[in-house]
Amino acid sequence: MALLEVKDLKVRVEEREILHGLTLTVNEGEVHAIMGPNGSGKSTLSHVIAGKPGYEVTDGQIFFKGEDLLEMSPDERAAKGVFLAFQYPVEIPGVATMTFLRTALNAQRKARGESEYSTPDFLKKVREVSKSLNIPQDMLKRGVNVGFSGGEKKRNEVLQMALFEPSLCILDEMDSGLDIDALRIAADGVNALRSPKRAMVVITHYQRLLNYIVPDVVHVMSKGRVVKSGGKDLALELEASGYAQFEDAA
Amino acid sequence: MNVAVAKTGNGRAVSDLFASAEGRLPGSPGVAALRREAFETYERLGLPHRRIEEWKYTDLRALVGEVLPLAAAPDAAALKRAAEAVTAHAIAGARKLVLVDGVFAADLSDVKALASEVSIKTLREVLADEANPAAGDLLRTAATDAVISLNAAVATDGVVVSVADGTHLSAPIQLIHIATAAGASAFTRSHLRIGKGVRATLVETFVAAGKASGYQVNDAVILWIGDDADVAHIRLMDDAPDAVNVSSHFVTVGAAVKFNFFNMTTGAAVSRLQGFITLSGEGSELSANGVNLLQKTEHGDTTLVVDHAVPNCVSRETFRAVIDDRAHSVFQGRIIVRPDAQKTDGKMMTRALLLSDEAEADNKPELEIFADDVSCGHGATAGALDDSLLFYLKARGLPEKQAQALLIQAFVGEAIEQIADDDLREHVIGIAERWLERRS
Repeated sequence: MALLEVKDLKVRVEEREILHGLTLTVNEGEVHAIMGPNGSGKSTLSHVIAGKPGYEVTDGQIFFKGEDLLEMSPDERAAKGVFLAFQYPVEIPGVATMTFLRTALNAQRKARGESEYSTPDFLKKVREVSKSLNIPQDMLKRGVNVGFSGGEKKRNEVLQMALFEPSLCILDEMDSGLDIDALRIAADGVNALRSPKRAMVVITHYQRLLNYIVPDVVHVMSKGRVVKSGGKDLALELEASGYAQFEDAA
Repeated sequence: MNVAVAKTGNGRAVSDLFASAEGRLPGSPGVAALRREAFETYERLGLPHRRIEEWKYTDLRALVGEVLPLAAAPDAAALKRAAEAVTAHAIAGARKLVLVDGVFAADLSDVKALASEVSIKTLREVLADEANPAAGDLLRTAATDAVISLNAAVATDGVVVSVADGTHLSAPIQLIHIATAAGASAFTRSHLRIGKGVRATLVETFVAAGKASGYQVNDAVILWIGDDADVAHIRLMDDAPDAVNVSSHFVTVGAAVKFNFFNMTTGAAVSRLQGFITLSGEGSELSANGVNLLQKTEHGDTTLVVDHAVPNCVSRETFRAVIDDRAHSVFQGRIIVRPDAQKTDGKMMTRALLLSDEAEADNKPELEIFADDVSCGHGATAGALDDSLLFYLKARGLPEKQAQALLIQAFVGEAIEQIADDDLREHVIGIAERWLERRS
């Protein structure tokens, strides 16, 4: 079943069109990779799906579980099961990680009409999840991402993904700023969350990440459109030949 | 003094007030003469207005207009309402001294528990003591202006507390000011003398009982801190949304003292806290933190004069304001470094968080430095909530208001964190949270 359907999406940022009619369908349980050179619109797509302000959708539609995603506020999208793992997770001094996690989880549950977690139940759940991801308790005691290394920030994103149990995870350039060990740890966390009910969209510039998170489908983006789609071998092909051929094609 | 002749509308209202109140004001004949003198000073000056430099941003003539008649002494019904307010606003573990409509309420206070550690009298009884030639000193202050003179003229009561040298208070002292009467004013003045080597936490709370509204508070606190003392002074002004609160602090700090002052403004339509802190002994450290939480059309002014009178003292001032709707926050900070006060280290910082396009913040830092080997500075920031942080929180499922609330709490929390006592800190966080819930 189609989880995410992006249809002929056109998006402007400050009078400049970035996406020129992008179409993409992601089914439940699938992992899609979106590759492309800098400036091809990969991050714009992820931001528009999450509802970041500053992007003007001039044409096209996005459906999530059959509902019009563009009509929803970012928090409503999160409650429906959309999760964007940020390329650069922000530091929020003064907001304790545990407070943040509990407030966010309960806000999502409340929006879905589910009961909110009590503090002990919440603590139990966080402990389970962080243990399975090898996240030290010390990290949870600090302010959100404050003083975290690049790898710790990405692990914190994965922790949230595991805790909120979204049905669609968009990983925006998860490999940026990570060394190979940090990348492997974060990727292991993501792989543990693969499930037949959950889809993932992995946005990356480099093929390297796809050695760890192996996609079912690979899309190549160039100049605001998907110019080619294929199996995981397409990523290897790109690694060998580069993006230049697609830039000409687009 | 001729109370029948009044030059302005403002003056007349108070002349009537003074004439009607004079018989009720405690004091020996000598004290009464001082009061008349103070009142004449007030009458000559009138309510402060924008052409008076210190009151440029807080024009009481425009914002307040007139001084309301003195509140009647509380009756049994008022004391009952006050008792409920005490229960609601008392800090766990603290010992209370309660003033209701400007009158000390012994039955609501923990006089007995406190008496084992400190000496307590009321302002009323000290002023009335004809055998005490120094009683009049209670009405004199190091600095003065129209509102301070008016306070000296008509202060009805207050507490006079003395903590003996070396005492480590086992619990905070909470001075609770409760207003039960609508459309009336309360004038209070308290003296706190902290001995050498004392450890103490003092809390002041200003609140309304029940639906008391439209009242005015004019309070003065005179605090002496002896050498080697470690004192935390927390002031929580949470008066009714349409009340007026003008308070003046006069603090004299001895040598090698640690003095932590914290003020939080969450109430009153118009408020001003003016503090005059003199560092008069070497090697002392002053930390002054404040938070103004303002919404609707509230006007909150914090004005602080820190006087480094001697060498080798450190002062740190950090004032934050969260300003919503059409509210207006004012911070005026002056650091004075006297010619002898070498090696002074004085810094002040203001940070304003503007939640609406119509919110206003005025900052006026002033450094008056007469010594040449000092380190002094000031800084200020103002801005809105960070959009990238808001989006991150919303992308995790927090609705707009909740995301804002979390970021505001973080901003305010950095100041509240400085409060060492756990119960007290939780109490203050609770007040800030209730302010957030009141946001429309």
